[in-house]
Amino acid sequence: MTVTLTQWLMDDRPTSRRQAVLGNLYRGTRAIIANPAALTGLVIIAVLILVAIFAPLLAHGISPFDQDLSKRLAPPSPEHWLGSDELGRDIYARTLYGARVTLTIVFLVSIIVAPIGLAVGTLAGYLGGWVDRILMRITDVFLAFPRLVLALAFAAALGPGIENAVIAISLTAWPPYARIARAETITIAKSDFIQVVVLQGASTLRILFRHIVPLCMSSVIVRLTLDMAGIILTAAGLGFLGLGAQPPTPEWGAMVSAGREVILDQWWVATIPGIAIFVVSLGFNLLGDGLRDVFDPKAER
Amino acid sequence: MAPMIDIEDLHVTFSNGGRSVHAVQGVSFSVEEGESFGIVGESGSGKSTVLKAVSGLIPSESRSLTVNGRPAAERRSKADRRLMQFVFQDPYASLHPRQTVDEALREPLSIHGLDRKDERIEQALAEVGLLPEHRFRYPHQLSGGQRQRVAIARALILRPPVLLLDEPTSALDVSVQAEILNLISRLRQANKLTIILVSHDLGVVAHLCNRIAIMQFGKIVEVVNTADLSAGRVTQDYTRRLIEASRGFVREPS
Repeated sequence: MTVTLTQWLMDDRPTSRRQAVLGNLYRGTRAIIANPAALTGLVIIAVLILVAIFAPLLAHGISPFDQDLSKRLAPPSPEHWLGSDELGRDIYARTLYGARVTLTIVFLVSIIVAPIGLAVGTLAGYLGGWVDRILMRITDVFLAFPRLVLALAFAAALGPGIENAVIAISLTAWPPYARIARAETITIAKSDFIQVVVLQGASTLRILFRHIVPLCMSSVIVRLTLDMAGIILTAAGLGFLGLGAQPPTPEWGAMVSAGREVILDQWWVATIPGIAIFVVSLGFNLLGDGLRDVFDPKAER
Repeated sequence: MAPMIDIEDLHVTFSNGGRSVHAVQGVSFSVEEGESFGIVGESGSGKSTVLKAVSGLIPSESRSLTVNGRPAAERRSKADRRLMQFVFQDPYASLHPRQTVDEALREPLSIHGLDRKDERIEQALAEVGLLPEHRFRYPHQLSGGQRQRVAIARALILRPPVLLLDEPTSALDVSVQAEILNLISRLRQANKLTIILVSHDLGVVAHLCNRIAIMQFGKIVEVVNTADLSAGRVTQDYTRRLIEASRGFVREPS
């Protein structure tokens, strides 16, 4: 008897833990693919990742740093596909390499923000009492500032640079995650299946990390993908103001900023990185929307 | 021999923003080792609250509350927890939605650092009449009766001497109820369990228990044994009315 891979994955009677987990992943992936908006988002993100990995190949050897002052601000041509900037650097190559910078920022911010938000939120929600009050007041303090202004202040205090921009963005981005995680934890903590592990003698940390956090993950992931656009824009904003990536790093926000002075005569200098920011933000937003539909238990058939 | 569970003058008060409800008002009873004790009463009589106080899920006050001869502390140790396990009313709410049956059964074993996990899981599944094919399913792939079997297997996998059951069949449909009751009855005999069973259904309790406490308004009205109950030898009016109600609707002769 032969069993196809699809049958094996969709099997209602998995015979191993691996099959059960893979089957669940497969069903989730199918749900995302069945959702056109999410699929579009996913494709955009996949293309972004591929571009970041294969940037040298796609730029056919043109370095994003090579200056040619005799060809500064050149319009799009066979030599410079998307024109050149004020120092004669190839905008096509710089935009491709910029994907790496953007992905680095997005990746670093997510791995800082999600764990901090989850830890603060679940601890506050599960322990309650004075722990909750103190942690949530700290969260409120961070939420009280406008995000970009706070990020600007941190970036200015820490000094310009990508790493500092990431820290500044993370410091301003975690409070909403703590709020979400806390709200979810409060509802989950009351449920019978958590009481069961309490009665089994599990420690508080075990309950938090093995039983509550996995259930908060879906809403945090959705929020994170929806926030990605904001993170990219904040990073671009910091770059635009000179507080993010430093020259000659090809960062999209800094590129837009450099092209601002010549936007009327040499539109491509600011427009191309602007389009890149727009498309990638849109991609993350679409994916986030789609993930929300997939994860929402009410939408399940 | 000391009773397995001994409770004297148990009080539970819930307070919420200035208002407080005295849900359990001075309940005392004791349960011998291997005995099965039932608590019956209408909704809001405090029967489930007694059970949760015994398990330590909610804080309570009492003159004494001992389990296996040792006083049950407010903060219970792992060893204390292992003495008694709880089966909840609603099998749809008592299983973690993202964990397979295997993970649910593995968790208590790894909390208590027990060995031969796979063997124990297989044995626990067989004991409650589940097949090996159910082992890696998620709760949403199981029926209500199967879920309650998983909950019972999970409670018994630590081999606790005491099992607390809070309306274990009321969320299930009638045909499955009998199966689960027979399963509990069989497991009780096989494992020499001490059981406290809470239910609003006198029939369910009478089926499983030797002695039954009837509760109303947070107090025990009467404790009777099953033989007296079926013979109608009861002293309180409320018990009589409960027995009548459990016979179901009887058409008055016209």
